[in-house]
Amino acid sequence: MRTETDDIIQSSDEHPGELPESLAPDEHPTVLPPEFAVNKRRGQWAEVWRRLRKNRTAMFGLAVVLLIVFTAIFADVIAPYSYRTQNLDRIAEAPGRDHLLGTDDLGRDILSRIIFGARVSLQVGFIAVSISIVLGGTLGAIAGYYGGRIDNVIMRIMDVLLAIPSILLAIAIVSAFGGGIVNVMIAVGISYIPVYARIVKASFISIKEQEFIEAARAVGARDGRIIVRHILPNSLAPIIVQGTLGVATAILSAAGLSFIGLGIQPPTPEWGAMLSSGRHLIRSAWHVATFPGLAIMLTIFALNLLGDGLRDALDPRLKQ
Amino acid sequence: MAERLLEIENLRVEYHTDDGVVTAVDNLKLHLNKGQTLGLVGETGAGKTTTALSIMRLVPAPPGRIVSGTVRFRDEDLLKKRIDDIKKIRGNKISMIFQDPMTSLNPVLTIGFQIEEAVMLHQGLDRKAARRRAAEMLRLVGIPAEREGDYPHEFSGGMRQRVGIAMALSCNPELLIADEPTTALDVTIQAQVLELMKRLREQFSTSMLLITHDLGVVAEVCDHVAIMYAGTIVEYADVTTLFTNPRHPYTRGLFGSIPSLDEEVTRLKPITGLMPDPTALPSGCRFHPRCPMAGEICSSRIPQVTELDNDHSVHCMIYEGLVPGYEE
Amino acid sequence: MQNLLEVRNLRKDFHTKKGLLQAVNDITFDVRRGETLGIVGESGCGKSTTGRAVLRLVEPTSGEIRFDGQDILAYSARKMREARKDMQIIFQDPFASLNPRLSISQIIAEPFDVYRMYGPGERAQRVLELMRTVGLSNKLVNAFPHELDGGRRQRVGVARALALNPKFIVCDEPVSALDVSIQAQILNLIQDLQQKLDLTYMFISHDLSVVKHISNRVAVMYLGKIVELTTSRKIFTNPLHPYTQALLSAIPLPKVGAEKRRRIILEGDVPSPINPPTGCIFCGRCPFVMVKCRETPPPIVEAEPDHFVSCYLL
Repeated sequence: MRTETDDIIQSSDEHPGELPESLAPDEHPTVLPPEFAVNKRRGQWAEVWRRLRKNRTAMFGLAVVLLIVFTAIFADVIAPYSYRTQNLDRIAEAPGRDHLLGTDDLGRDILSRIIFGARVSLQVGFIAVSISIVLGGTLGAIAGYYGGRIDNVIMRIMDVLLAIPSILLAIAIVSAFGGGIVNVMIAVGISYIPVYARIVKASFISIKEQEFIEAARAVGARDGRIIVRHILPNSLAPIIVQGTLGVATAILSAAGLSFIGLGIQPPTPEWGAMLSSGRHLIRSAWHVATFPGLAIMLTIFALNLLGDGLRDALDPRLKQ
Repeated sequence: MAERLLEIENLRVEYHTDDGVVTAVDNLKLHLNKGQTLGLVGETGAGKTTTALSIMRLVPAPPGRIVSGTVRFRDEDLLKKRIDDIKKIRGNKISMIFQDPMTSLNPVLTIGFQIEEAVMLHQGLDRKAARRRAAEMLRLVGIPAEREGDYPHEFSGGMRQRVGIAMALSCNPELLIADEPTTALDVTIQAQVLELMKRLREQFSTSMLLITHDLGVVAEVCDHVAIMYAGTIVEYADVTTLFTNPRHPYTRGLFGSIPSLDEEVTRLKPITGLMPDPTALPSGCRFHPRCPMAGEICSSRIPQVTELDNDHSVHCMIYEGLVPGYEE
Repeated sequence: MQNLLEVRNLRKDFHTKKGLLQAVNDITFDVRRGETLGIVGESGCGKSTTGRAVLRLVEPTSGEIRFDGQDILAYSARKMREARKDMQIIFQDPFASLNPRLSISQIIAEPFDVYRMYGPGERAQRVLELMRTVGLSNKLVNAFPHELDGGRRQRVGVARALALNPKFIVCDEPVSALDVSIQAQILNLIQDLQQKLDLTYMFISHDLSVVKHISNRVAVMYLGKIVELTTSRKIFTNPLHPYTQALLSAIPLPKVGAEKRRRIILEGDVPSPINPPTGCIFCGRCPFVMVKCRETPPPIVEAEPDHFVSCYLL
């Protein structure tokens, strides 16, 4: 094999005129160019990042999301008080110098609880979405790639799941298995499986028909390789967009569950639960319910801005 | 002397993109006489379609922008007209046939209705007269009248192009711009459509600007040819002169690249190199990096037009006597 | 053995919502070692399906395919995978046939990954060799497909097809998506590679001029059948099937003032391959149609040496 290819190379030099000058191969290097080893997919993702950076609202969303993530990670350092220390002398105190956002009905510092609450909300959001993406994505990939009867069975089950409003489904799961952060994540995660299954299936079907998949099959690639190397990287864009928006939805669902008392149990600070516990004080102490509500709103808003921006940046058709 | 119908001068169109400014058409000069068919030939990115869209004032803006130039249609500069006046000309005095007629037909309306609408709008006919006109046009292009109630998707590719032609001719335009009208069609269907276009052109004495990359189609249909490369016209002549005596190295290269059906050629003589990057066009003559005849001056000086005999013009340093030419 | 590929009574049906689509309808042909067999026809004639069926990229409904004397339809999936090293394909659309997320070197090296060939260093060398062979500058090794023009992308596609040193390559409309000047470069490349690497080609195209230029023999297909098969010279000088004659006369020649050709303009559209006409498949559009044409399909006969036609006129 070696000698044969060496022949090709030598003989190709016999007709120097046949290759266009700009394409004529360079001197055959004895040492490989250093960039050969670094085989990063910089091209496409760098392009996406460049386009995203131009989108101001998306960058604002990203900044806010990063700020919240940062807050959640360093909650211990940032929060002025513990989230569980009660001070029954200072119940439902209005925002002031000691407590920037006031205190709740048990005299706990609302700012600290919101900061620690970011941890819970982000955890619930990201883990629930990961559950939906992994399970929904796998089911969607199988359905999209193999089609036929498997597709039918999977997608009918998804239809059934989709027919039940996701919040109802989550309520049912949580009330059957109990509240708590883990069950909430699982419940929210399961209820959004069909969304990802559909997205992944749709993009698998369209990518599967493309010629480069047939090209991979022609060189003998097996199904697993085709799925992981060729289809999956090309179907990431809609998953990323939906995932970003999905984190927002999941946080909202978890907050909703906690609000009706089925979600995360006290004293764990959760924005939805905080909102709920402040609701009966809304006339006398507006801040108890308002600030957790604003935290939820800001997070959802930022995630949505980011998701929309990503959608635009990832869509090559919008490139001018 | 024949009457000028269309005269384009110094046209420059740019597209402002993420990757930089693309000069799609630059310093373009072109004319079309009444009753003639002019073939505008070039490869992808040569600026053929942009030229056509400029005439119709349909260059998408943004990112596109007509920077300068004049497009004189009869005695009026179309680039100076108000857009409302242009709309009266579009589809009426100048109409267009597209490569894929589906893009110009509304999928939820019947084809008969769409032709009727066009003639009612532009010709001021009432519904009854418009219906008669639509039926007549469809018959002319070989579509039975009973199909006027059908929707665009119910027609095959060739039939759809016939509908496109019927629609374009329904208002009796003075100028017809056909942008690659047969490229998407199979060769036996292409023969039908070309035959139809030739017949109708004579019947209606319409002038036509035919945009194509296929020199075979040009030989079949056109009286005059303009060869376009990287946004400018490099050679212009009547069809016989251009095919028997091509002068510009690019035109010659095109002929050398086409596999011949009736001659035994074992090896093609392609033009070397790639189409230039539209955001960074070569200096001087745009063709010089690919030109086998290029001399030193070609990379620095923009070639001027040289008028050869009988309406044959070429933009090349060879004919300005600045670079040694072909040995003949 | 003279024939590298022998195809007998190949059929491929697709079950569609509108009915049974006979994409390839009982065709028989050989591809001789070292030759280029051209397959020409209009859209929907089954030429691409034929190309994919002989590689088992679509599974034939029935028939026999012998490659190098071996019946490849009897091969297990594993054996077929090994056989793919010898039979490759170049695709039509250089934009769709390269994975946009992979770099040029990753695309060309894909076959090495699949068959676990070469260590990392040797693999990189081999990729650069292949890029040289097809005339790609090795500066492009880390480029992505979207950074390349159509001509260079098609060169990448050619390099990938050559990676495993195949004996046989199906070229499925490899130049149809390219501009004339680039098309000529790729046609020359394909011709040169054939000589240097002793390749056998099946060259599929709708463009009779291109097929005639590059092929030794040409098969003309219509509605899933081969209507005429002969040398590329005879297909032009002595076309015998009315469809071939019409196809030839329909091509606009880039010439002026030449003797006026007799033009045969066919009426109507190509009928759908679902419910093709009984009798001769061309009877609906044939200017010379006779009663028996509508009843029974004409057999393929050898009208003169090496010239096969399926028509009652002979």
